[in-house]
Amino acid sequence: MLKKRPTIRDHSAEANLFARRAFVGFIFVVLLIGMLIMNVYHLQVKEYDKYQTRSNENRIKLIPVAPNRGLIYDRNGVLLAENRPVYNLEVVPEDVDDLEQNLADVSQLLNISDIQQNEFLENIRKQRRFKSQVLKARLNEQEVAIFSVNQHKFPGFSIEARLARHYPFGDTLTHALGYVARLNKKELSELESANLATNYRATHDYGKLGIEKFYERLLHGTVGSQRVEVNNRGRIIRTLNTITPTPGEDLVLTLDVGLQQIAQHALKDARGAIVVMDPKDGGILALYSNPSYDPNLFVHGISGQNYRKLLNPDRPLINRATQGSYAPASTVKPHLAILGLEEGIVTEQTKVWDPGFFQIPNVKHKWRDWKRWGHGHVDVYQAIEESCDTYYYRIAYRAGITKISNFMAQFGFGDLSGIDIHEETSAIMPTVEWKKERFKENWWPGDTISVGIGQGYWTATPIQIANAVTILVNKGVHRQPHLVQVTKQDNDINQLFTEEKKPVELKNPNHWRIALKAMHNTVSKTTGTAHKAFKGVDYDPAGKTGTAQVVSIAQGEKYDASKLNERHRDNAIYTGFAPYDDPRIVVAVVVENQGAGSSVAAPVARQLMDYYFSAYPLDKTVNDTSEL
Amino acid sequence: MTPLNYKRTFWQKVHLDWPLLLALVIMMLGSLTVVYSASGQNLGMMTRHATRMAGAVIALLFMAQLSPITLKRIVIPLYLLGLGMLIAVLFVGVSSKGAQRWLDLGVTRFQPSEIMKIAVPMMVAWYIGQHRLPPSIWNILIGFAIVLLPTILIKEQPDLGTSILIASSGIFVLFLSGLSWRLISVSALLMGPAVFTFWHYGMHAYQKQRVLTLFNPESDPLGAGYHIIQSKIAIGSGGIEGKGWLQGTQSQLEFLPERHTDFIFSVLSEEFGLLGVILLLSVYLFIIGRGLYIAVNAQDAFSKLLAGALTMTFFVYIFVNIGMVSGLLPVVGVPLPLISYGGTSMVTLMAGFGIIMAIATDKRILLKS
Repeated sequence: MLKKRPTIRDHSAEANLFARRAFVGFIFVVLLIGMLIMNVYHLQVKEYDKYQTRSNENRIKLIPVAPNRGLIYDRNGVLLAENRPVYNLEVVPEDVDDLEQNLADVSQLLNISDIQQNEFLENIRKQRRFKSQVLKARLNEQEVAIFSVNQHKFPGFSIEARLARHYPFGDTLTHALGYVARLNKKELSELESANLATNYRATHDYGKLGIEKFYERLLHGTVGSQRVEVNNRGRIIRTLNTITPTPGEDLVLTLDVGLQQIAQHALKDARGAIVVMDPKDGGILALYSNPSYDPNLFVHGISGQNYRKLLNPDRPLINRATQGSYAPASTVKPHLAILGLEEGIVTEQTKVWDPGFFQIPNVKHKWRDWKRWGHGHVDVYQAIEESCDTYYYRIAYRAGITKISNFMAQFGFGDLSGIDIHEETSAIMPTVEWKKERFKENWWPGDTISVGIGQGYWTATPIQIANAVTILVNKGVHRQPHLVQVTKQDNDINQLFTEEKKPVELKNPNHWRIALKAMHNTVSKTTGTAHKAFKGVDYDPAGKTGTAQVVSIAQGEKYDASKLNERHRDNAIYTGFAPYDDPRIVVAVVVENQGAGSSVAAPVARQLMDYYFSAYPLDKTVNDTSEL
Repeated sequence: MTPLNYKRTFWQKVHLDWPLLLALVIMMLGSLTVVYSASGQNLGMMTRHATRMAGAVIALLFMAQLSPITLKRIVIPLYLLGLGMLIAVLFVGVSSKGAQRWLDLGVTRFQPSEIMKIAVPMMVAWYIGQHRLPPSIWNILIGFAIVLLPTILIKEQPDLGTSILIASSGIFVLFLSGLSWRLISVSALLMGPAVFTFWHYGMHAYQKQRVLTLFNPESDPLGAGYHIIQSKIAIGSGGIEGKGWLQGTQSQLEFLPERHTDFIFSVLSEEFGLLGVILLLSVYLFIIGRGLYIAVNAQDAFSKLLAGALTMTFFVYIFVNIGMVSGLLPVVGVPLPLISYGGTSMVTLMAGFGIIMAIATDKRILLKS
């Protein structure tokens, strides 16, 4: 209807109108485009610095780079702790197109169990966006190869490598080396308070035990950093520059891994400990505690099941060499003999009558000798060679507990040896005050008699026993027991042990000779308790056997009473050195509940010495060793 | 104004306007350059982009061959078809990213609103052009009605960006037809209450959020403000000369969202700097100027209004997109015309330019007949 209405149109007027409107429109466009340019000019020129900075803040991140942990070698350069690459399959869920499908496919490819998958799915629910999550840890080479071939099918899945500690000798060195495991919150807060947290920003593992713990700072090294360009998901696109981390120092131990293996082999299934020491410098040649366990289990986080297995009554987690408190028994008789000589209780010539027991005047109780019918007349030599108890009951009774304690303390009893691992107990060198403190009881003279044969309240660790013999063969001079010989970078590790202990001084230095000669006789004379064990050897050993009543062990160690009943057989102990005229090796062996020191512990010591003198033959160095 | 013994040139025979065509080709080459960078050198995307460009060029060549007379003949059915499909979309449309914009035709999916980008200004231009200019109040109201119906339907999908574009294309026809300045002033005054009403009853929560973040993007740097902050960082850090092609850290490292589509201007600004921006806007200005020149010289009112409105709408695209990525306007999801990767919008735009070229080469034929 509208269309039909006649209209008179002035086409040129309309054209002019349109042209004017188009012109206005164009001016409008020019003005607005000018406005856009002014706005962009403001951003790009006026505020350029601000946006330039923010752009860099977006893309540049400083990431810490963990230093490689120092390696650990034995004295012959055998690698004991190394860093191995481990490959983890990690996933950034946000980068995955179809998580469910890809997860199913990858799981089939790499045999990932449903339990692991569910654990993974649980973990990604809990974590922050765009963070990678481990789907499978420690892939083997074959799995890495299988995944690498198929990687293109699984965007968001990748294999990440890092270095992890590995102990190639497994349970042979656990108690000495210790292990590393994941740095935990408590350790981190300790590092924070020591202002060292920055150095650990990229570090995964931390020394938890043994050498790894004691030398943590040295082994760790210094953290480095990398300035990297990242994308919006935090993925590193390229590295702009790097400050390389300083690797930790490599440690060379005084241990001989061969000797360590002999020690492990010799103890077999028996509970016990072995310490082998170089008396010339205090270097520990072997330190073994049985049963042991595989430290590699802890590196990647031990499973609850495996950990419970280690909590058995044999207590493999205890380092018996430094934490096991045993009655030292007859192994301390040479020291007690010196005390008797020094105090004038006996002389070199004194012969004591041993009827098979000792009695305190006016006391009915008989302290029995191990030989029920007695040794007869014994001098100081026989008292050591044949391990006559009555002789020492007498010395102990006459000297009294205070003198015994003070004298023995000089040989390191009742005190930490100071070996360079933290797992150590001081055991007990009893005193009158100690008993009062501990049991709220007075010291009875009868208590002293047992101490006279290294029993009663007296306990000692195998390292203390070895150390005491070292002081003996060095005629009073202390040699700090230690496991680390040098660091690869700095040969001055012994600076750590500068604190010299005062040497033991005797009124008559000839008394050293008497004790040592008696120990020599113990092995060389047919009547000596260790003669049989060392028959036919050519390195001229000396030593002392010991057989400890097991009840004593309860004082240091917390065995269940029920277990104690099953295990009330004697502990076998042996300590010795060789060669007699110029000692190069000191051995202490403790075998729990296996009977006499002469028949059980001495043969173990012989195996160790046999190995040592075949590995380091005598004639080689005999010329450059000064005569005694 | 034209000689009677007129001999048709090559360009007239093929119905193309070569200055406009040259500018469009420059834009497409520029688009390939920037999309290559913005897609992260993704050759698959490049292939798809080039394919769509070819489709867009074919659409242009095809539309250029239609005379305005043909266009007038199809305008009503086209408009009604578009309207029908918009209604269909509301009931049987396919959803994507929370909006129901797509119609599944079995072979391909497409957005009916794209047809309306051309059909609405064409319909209004045809209706207004039938009558004497300037239009009467009655005709203006009918013109508005023609615009308003599809605008509301598209806003319901919801697709605020497209509904703004379509509304403005119709309003430009009215403006160019000589809508009186008095009326324009009055409606401008009425805008205040209208905006208030729209804010409270017409907008989705996420759209309101976008507007609010526009005024203070730093208030929500990881949420709604993230896009605009990253975009401004990209533009600002480009400086005068830019970081260089493929060197834009904001875009290459994916800090910039939707970098190859809506935020491609930020990529261009970051990599080519203020100089690149001025060059881009200069070519845009040339295209607009040429479009308006063609409109002014067109033969009849319908052609003038249609060419003029399509050209001005092209500018609205540019202004809304650049305005939003540089922080002047809220983020409404409008691609940068001729540059952004993708979609049917490029095909529609080029079809629009085809119509403008048809109008440009039409007058002489009319004179001859």
